[in-house]
Amino acid sequence: MSAETVDKRELSPEARKEFEWLCGRYPRRRAVLLPLLRIIEREFGCIDEAGMALAAELIGISAAEVKSVVSFYTHYKRDTDGKYVIWVCNTLPCALRGARELTDALERKLGVRCGQRTADGRFSLKKAECLASCDTAPCMQIDDDHYDHVTEQQLDEILARYE
Amino acid sequence: MTEPVKVLTEFVHEDESWTIDRYLRAGGYEAARKACTEMQPEEIIDFVKRSGLRGRGGAGFPTGLKWSFVPKDTDRPKFLALNGDESEPGTFKDRLVMERWPHSIIEGALIACRAVGISTVYLYIRGEMPLGYRRLVGAVKEAYDRGFLGKNIFGIDGFDVDMTIHRGAGAYICGEETGMLSSIEGGRGYPKLKPPFPAVSGLFGMPTVVNNVVTIAYLPYIFGRGIEWWRSFGTEKSPGLMPYSVSGHVERRGVYELPLGVTLRELFELAGGWSRPMKAVIPGGSSSKVLRLPDAWDVPMTFEGPMEAGSMLGSAAVVFMDETVCMVDALYNLLRFYEHESCGQCTPCREGTGWSVKIVRRIAQGKGRPGDIETLLGIADQAIGKTICVFAEAFGWPIQSYVALFRDEFEAYIRKGAHVAHGAQPQAAAHAG
Repeated sequence: MSAETVDKRELSPEARKEFEWLCGRYPRRRAVLLPLLRIIEREFGCIDEAGMALAAELIGISAAEVKSVVSFYTHYKRDTDGKYVIWVCNTLPCALRGARELTDALERKLGVRCGQRTADGRFSLKKAECLASCDTAPCMQIDDDHYDHVTEQQLDEILARYE
Repeated sequence: MTEPVKVLTEFVHEDESWTIDRYLRAGGYEAARKACTEMQPEEIIDFVKRSGLRGRGGAGFPTGLKWSFVPKDTDRPKFLALNGDESEPGTFKDRLVMERWPHSIIEGALIACRAVGISTVYLYIRGEMPLGYRRLVGAVKEAYDRGFLGKNIFGIDGFDVDMTIHRGAGAYICGEETGMLSSIEGGRGYPKLKPPFPAVSGLFGMPTVVNNVVTIAYLPYIFGRGIEWWRSFGTEKSPGLMPYSVSGHVERRGVYELPLGVTLRELFELAGGWSRPMKAVIPGGSSSKVLRLPDAWDVPMTFEGPMEAGSMLGSAAVVFMDETVCMVDALYNLLRFYEHESCGQCTPCREGTGWSVKIVRRIAQGKGRPGDIETLLGIADQAIGKTICVFAEAFGWPIQSYVALFRDEFEAYIRKGAHVAHGAQPQAAAHAG
């Protein structure tokens, strides 16, 4: 899809101000790309083609270049993701302390496997590669919320917070 | 028994521990004020050298020496890039300090800036640490409001320091110092060839000091309490304190701040021990070589101790494993991680992680073939030392050590197509396939 065929987007005035402030924090505008993508993610709920085109325009690089950066990182919410993304840690220290049971429980409750999105588009379930929270395993994050020592019994109550 | 020495972790369990008021009540910013107003930059560097402080991020490079590599007679801008991209499986000490004692990092950064002549600091925090990001952003704002960041700090004419928190977006490789610099510059987190080292050509091609956030956070204490105090902990070559991240099979996982030189047994006992016999321990994060228990119980956690035992101190992330852990599964779990996180620049790493995970998955699924072990070792051998960064070591060392120390388990698994560890549970392999 070329930049011309996607909806033209604009940042809200507050977001625009934040972006301009950021431009003053780095000697090169290109360095603002990662924080700008966070702003776009917040403003539009995810990073899609139009969001990447907007980032390209604001930074002054090609949309392909933006896509190359976005695709390198796992943590940006994309338009292919659910409204909320659940990251469940499965790396060794968590695996030793119940990560598999938590992952199985999430898969059962949501009716999807890791890497999939629920049919209603509400959740994506993803395996996290170490959340640096090995002392509180099993653990997970839903968007920017971190949950420690998660038990299967807590899942209904936790998931209900995300409409 | 060595007792915990709570310095960075003294107040972290208090509510509001992250606020500047709490930090100032604990005497915060006084050490930096004293160092910056009473010492010449050269004296500060010399002080850090004499303290013997070495990096707490994994490589253990002497901090003062690293600072001294930055050219002095240059009018190019210099940068301080603080590494808070803590991603090494097993490590969570940086998270604790960034979330709950962030002003120690800002104060330490002021000392580093004064020493090296830097006025711009970027702190790179992992994308997966939103709370730490909010806390750091808040702490930086507080520091600006109180005059600890900005212009003419401590009333020193021309001592200006700006600090920006740069949030990552999910990539283990950004913990590698040059990968982190690429990411701050707005690119894919590709590591860069060294030399040139960041001290000469780093961020935006300018001289850059890269330090782990916890290394920096210790500076106010070393300056405030003195070299003698710091050197009263640890050993001659490994002085000082370390926040050890203890996880896996122990009753009370967590960050234990202790002198360097504490033994693995002491860490295990401080963490409450475990109800089953122990089998193995990773001493320095998932990329350090695994050690066998009980053989390794008395290994002292200095920079030299684990090395003499065939591993490394790394980030002092200690993961204990009991006898139920199948080492084939454990290795499979880690290789899956490394395959996912390889940045893909160098063929031996990009392909090697993929090949090795396929082979270990095959073994873990009961379809191992004769020769698989030799192929795995060959992959590690052909990757280690042959790539831009040490990621090849990070996945090669686990292969070498799990196979070398538990070869009988791998061979039996290939022969029988099933776990052979006593009471082994497939917990470590969370979803083969």
